[in-house]
Amino acid sequence: MKNALPFEWIVAVRFLYEGRMQTLFIISGIAIGVGVIVFMSAVLTGVQANFLKRVLTTQPQIQVMAMEQSARPLRDPKVEIEDAIIQKPIQRVVSIDQWQSILQQLRAQPDIVTVSPTVSGSAFVIRGEASRSVTLTGIEPDTYFEIVKIPEYLIAGDLRLNSDMIMIGIELANDLGAKVGDKLNVNSALGGRQVLTVSALLDFGNKGANQRSTFVGLRTAQSLLGMIGGVTTLDVTVQDIYAAEMIAQHIAASNKVVADSWIKTNAQFFSAVQAQKSTNTLIRLFVGLSVAFGIAAVLVVSVIQRSKEVGILRAMGTTRGQIMRVFLLQGGLLGFAGSVVGAILGTTALIYWHALARQADGSEIFPLIIENQLFVYTAVLATATGLLAATAPALRAAKLDPVVAIRG
Amino acid sequence: MVEPILQLEEISKTYNVGEPSEVTVLQGINLSFHKNEFVAIMGPSGSGKSTLLNIIGLLDRPTTGRLFIHGQDTQTLDDQALTRLRGHNIGFVFQYHYLISAFTALENVMMPQLVEQGFPNEAMKQRAAFLLEQVGLEKYINNLASKMSGGQQQRVALARALAMNPDILLADEPTGNLDTQSADAVFALMRDINQKNGTCFIIVTHNHELAGLCDRIITVVDGRIKPD
Repeated sequence: MKNALPFEWIVAVRFLYEGRMQTLFIISGIAIGVGVIVFMSAVLTGVQANFLKRVLTTQPQIQVMAMEQSARPLRDPKVEIEDAIIQKPIQRVVSIDQWQSILQQLRAQPDIVTVSPTVSGSAFVIRGEASRSVTLTGIEPDTYFEIVKIPEYLIAGDLRLNSDMIMIGIELANDLGAKVGDKLNVNSALGGRQVLTVSALLDFGNKGANQRSTFVGLRTAQSLLGMIGGVTTLDVTVQDIYAAEMIAQHIAASNKVVADSWIKTNAQFFSAVQAQKSTNTLIRLFVGLSVAFGIAAVLVVSVIQRSKEVGILRAMGTTRGQIMRVFLLQGGLLGFAGSVVGAILGTTALIYWHALARQADGSEIFPLIIENQLFVYTAVLATATGLLAATAPALRAAKLDPVVAIRG
Repeated sequence: MVEPILQLEEISKTYNVGEPSEVTVLQGINLSFHKNEFVAIMGPSGSGKSTLLNIIGLLDRPTTGRLFIHGQDTQTLDDQALTRLRGHNIGFVFQYHYLISAFTALENVMMPQLVEQGFPNEAMKQRAAFLLEQVGLEKYINNLASKMSGGQQQRVALARALAMNPDILLADEPTGNLDTQSADAVFALMRDINQKNGTCFIIVTHNHELAGLCDRIITVVDGRIKPD
């Protein structure tokens, strides 16, 4: 008998040890349940994190743009013209009206982290005989790099963007035979023309993006695209990425702009994630319930088996509270032990599955994310479930009348 | 006159009061017990002996009447206070030993003190070892209760009942499950402890031979004390 442990702990542990076959079975049951939760949660977190990282480091969480242009017939409304057709106008690259005041307003919002103005449009890049059509994006590097992690894609050169510099994708550089320091002739569709020096080569991990992406300073793009003082887009990142759609709707409602969130532009993925999340919650709930019933069943049997011992303990002066704690503790200990074994099982399965399940090119399907937080959370939850499940049997034991219990 | 350690005044016990199955098990019991006494309670089966013992042991409450322990009226006490009083003053030995099978002989004897004090300590161990020595089990202190013979288990139960040095030790057929030799040994042991420590023994028994060795015999018939 260890001197450091109080009465209730000594009796609870000894009862569990004496019925070790039962204890072993129920701990195994709890461990399998907890293992499934740990495994599933980690895989889901990994897959989500992987996708979110891909989505959210290559694009802004909200894009604010000018309203779509609509045709306005210039005729006398009183004069009726038969079969009049009003065609949708060609969408020109236009600036957001009053973008600077919108920018200030967005920057003042506490749920918004970064706002970066950009200008983008089509252009031709010409070097010698070679010419390619590209998307020209004018950015403010300081704020834009917080939204799209351009520095992570840097292959060569450095991230400077003076008024005569351009950063280009590596495929485009290959096509043009250009390297850092070379000069490129950039012509916009609207007639703007400038010679720019390649300052950096970027690899986005996507051939299309590498062929078409070019970045210049905001003012350079404004002058090339004929949009002095204007911007086409305000790129926004927010504190809570899942609140992006709500914030976007709020922005659109309070300004004459269109605001699209990543949730809207990746709707299919987002609903898949939500479905997975709710399935996961349901599975957790049912696993938790079956664990709770398992613990309760074992303890109810234990109370019946030990009713005479409980009776004699009561006769020798054990209070109802002490008896209750002995059985509550058994529930808590079963839950805790099960969660520890379960966490080990789940993690082992996770590491094994991570090593085994690979994509066709040998790269991982999901990153291995093992959060200590998940273990703490699972252990606390399993222990609490154990305590809760033990309540009914513990009450039953505490209520045992010693006379009846001893007489049997 | 020395004040009794235990006194019963007009105790009665009725089960299922107000129902068709109402049954009165004890009525008009007046008894007192003193230190050093060694008393046998006898009577036919169903006469109310065990109910009387349970009421004396504060395991059951009487329907009417009053019970005093060291002059304190127990009727006014709540469940927790009764439990404490029971733990301090009364030891139990039952027909079947009811040792806790998960613990060793020594740990079983330590149990009442552990319940009282919360944490085990060296003094508890020493007292338990001493008591086990008194009942002649010094060689078996580390044996699991479940691995001992019936006579040994009953002697462990006796040592456990003495752990808190109670004034009163209640025994319900303590030798009923034992062979003659073990029964005699356990009975002799109780008598010895009674004489050495002055503990008041109240023993329910069917065994006339053993009852004959007691200081006083109380006979219960149909819930009443039969006059001598």
